[in-house]
Amino acid sequence: MSSPRIGVFVCHCGLNIERTVDTQSVSETLRQYSGVAFVSDYDYMCSDPGQQLVSDAIREHRLTGVVIAACSPAMHEPTFRRAADDAGLNSYLVEMANIREHCSWVHLDRAEATAKAVKIIKTMVEKVRGNHPLDPVRIDHVDKCLVIGAGITGIQAALDVADAGFQVLLVEKEPSIGGHMAQLSETFPTLDCSQCILTPKMVEASRHPNIELLTYSEVLDVAGYVGNYTVKIRKNPTYVDPDKCNLCGDCEKVCPQSVPSEFERGLVDRKAIYIPFQQAVPSTYTLDEHSCLGLQPLRCSECAKVCAPGAINFDMQPEILQEEVAAIIVTTGYDMYPILNLGEYGGGDVPDVIDGLQFERMLSASGPTGGQVRRPSDGRVPKRVVFVQCAGSRDPENHNAYCSKICCMYTAKHALLYRHAVPESEAIIFYIDIRAGGKGYEEFVQNATEHEQIQYLRGKVAKIYREGDKVMLWGVDTLSGKKVEIEADLVVLALSMDPHPSTLALTKTLKISCGGEGFLKEAHPKLRPVETLTAGIYVAGAGQGPKDIPESVAQGSAAAAKTIALLTQDKLSHSPETVSIDEEICGGCGVCVGMCPYTALSLTAAGVAECNEVLCEGCGTCVSACPTGAAQLKNLTDFQLREMIEVALADG
Amino acid sequence: MDKTHATYEPRIVAFLCRWCSYAGADLAGVSRLTYPANIVPIRVNCSGRVDADMVLSALEKGADGVLIGGCHPGDCHYVTGNYKTRRRIVLIKQALSEVGIDPRRVHLEWISASEGIKFQSTMTSYTELIRELGPSPVRATKAPVHG
Repeated sequence: MSSPRIGVFVCHCGLNIERTVDTQSVSETLRQYSGVAFVSDYDYMCSDPGQQLVSDAIREHRLTGVVIAACSPAMHEPTFRRAADDAGLNSYLVEMANIREHCSWVHLDRAEATAKAVKIIKTMVEKVRGNHPLDPVRIDHVDKCLVIGAGITGIQAALDVADAGFQVLLVEKEPSIGGHMAQLSETFPTLDCSQCILTPKMVEASRHPNIELLTYSEVLDVAGYVGNYTVKIRKNPTYVDPDKCNLCGDCEKVCPQSVPSEFERGLVDRKAIYIPFQQAVPSTYTLDEHSCLGLQPLRCSECAKVCAPGAINFDMQPEILQEEVAAIIVTTGYDMYPILNLGEYGGGDVPDVIDGLQFERMLSASGPTGGQVRRPSDGRVPKRVVFVQCAGSRDPENHNAYCSKICCMYTAKHALLYRHAVPESEAIIFYIDIRAGGKGYEEFVQNATEHEQIQYLRGKVAKIYREGDKVMLWGVDTLSGKKVEIEADLVVLALSMDPHPSTLALTKTLKISCGGEGFLKEAHPKLRPVETLTAGIYVAGAGQGPKDIPESVAQGSAAAAKTIALLTQDKLSHSPETVSIDEEICGGCGVCVGMCPYTALSLTAAGVAECNEVLCEGCGTCVSACPTGAAQLKNLTDFQLREMIEVALADG
Repeated sequence: MDKTHATYEPRIVAFLCRWCSYAGADLAGVSRLTYPANIVPIRVNCSGRVDADMVLSALEKGADGVLIGGCHPGDCHYVTGNYKTRRRIVLIKQALSEVGIDPRRVHLEWISASEGIKFQSTMTSYTELIRELGPSPVRATKAPVHG
């Protein structure tokens, strides 16, 4: 190789680097270093003049490689790679030496930090010395996206992508789309009817020419890579032909099997053949085979006997569909923290202790009580309802450590709606803090406290139990320091929000991550909130973390925007820093083939390994396993690593 | 403590995976969490890339300690790379003890992108450990490998 001419650009980052790293001394040392043809330091290398300095030096000094000694590559690597590209130097010959996050910000001694900065820069000079110019791998992609979960977030994402002219596959595991929003009565802080604002979107999603709806379906397997994911979906049998079903409901009337209704949160039963709610989309009945008396062999078939249009088909089988999609938006949503975990609050034991979603169903005009608040135990109208916030939230010792974010608002709404629904009633709210950040939220809570005679008690409830036909609460009013004992007719727990139980298994299928609490993990908490670290897979909504409807909708649209940006590209780019196989020394043992998590490696007919650079993600696991050294990562070879290690450990 | 010990500054190289531990080190920086300057980081895509060749080469080139930082089990960006590292490091440590090198000179730690504090504490405690262990016996007998 002709002798390298590497340029080193040392950034002061104002005082961020300069304060602890002597950039002058670093520059002097690097000037003497083999292969370094040019060294410069500057206040802010990322500024326009700084970038210009780099581009000019590349041209003037005919540099063959560049090391920018500045911040983390996560910050400005793209900036400088672009600057180099503009100056005619292949962008893969540019590397960042991280002397800020990994050096100046974490060390106090100037001499020590300066010495370490020199070592870090030298490791990157060695890397650049061994780098080769590379071009991004260009790949074709299909023009379709998959949305998993059809709550409000998934519906919004699907509609946005579909409106942009791309095909969307919207998969929902329940018989109807709509998610939890369909269960809500009114929404805070405007008190508009939840179903009234949701159902137009549901209808639009079902009628949109670019959206294919797959309800009662689950994603089984995902393979491939951004632009070309192959997805396997199982469409579970509903045993009802939606085209024939005319919603007469005769089947439901004769069905002998009753189970608690999921949609009504167990407040009433549904039949084994049912429609979750009247505005369900698709508008058809579903026979739940798990609740049915038996399909194989057929034990009852009363529903089929009365079905005039002959819509019921007991021979329906699950269908396995295979689809190609370019991107995947995951909107798996939330579930309530199990009430059974709250034994101290009588969860699951005291019938008049219910959760917030059950209360929503009671308040809803389409709910089992027709919008009347009634006690589950005896159907009486409760005169005093106590609401308990943070039930299972903000309790790291016993339950979830995090704040569920929406409970302060919906509890204020519950209390207000209850006060309006029941005259001469009393609403008491136990709270730890009131978190009402959001447009019109604080005003809503203020109104509830000042004008609706809702009593807020600051403190935590210790115990809830049944006494006669009343529910007793013990707690402490932390403002007065006094113990309080309250006799209530009904208690509503503002249960913590959990990630939906299906989330974990799905993340394994998609090879994306969950955070500690089980919520979907984003690529960056601030700057990449709807991306994952896997290209082409996006997350949105309450599955990513507790959030309310406006935030969920915004994230759904954000994920859609990311997807559209991907789908509108002619071809997608893929990092070329993949594995190459030296056929001369490959022994054809095939160890690498089994190690690759992406099935990028295979053995050719000639008996040597071959890497599909489109599939290769560049992890290097195969390189570690290769016994001959035939498998190497481009621009991070064994040789480069050894040289980097050498200078990292060398004197001075 | 002999004379070499008294003036001894541990030399440690840390192989950090790009997605978790390197990002954890970035977070430690952003949060201004200070730790000893003895460790020089080298970024790899995955801890699964770290093989015996790299670890031994570091020891041969005079490292008193070799630290490998990877994603927590189940969090590997490349699905299972960290599991492979975990198994490999056990074997490397075993081989080291057999030739009389303290296996603690090689250390694997799971540090996520959100664990800046863990990065700091790991760097601090590992530097202290290597300081206590003294200079690597390989360093004392090391013949120059490269010019």
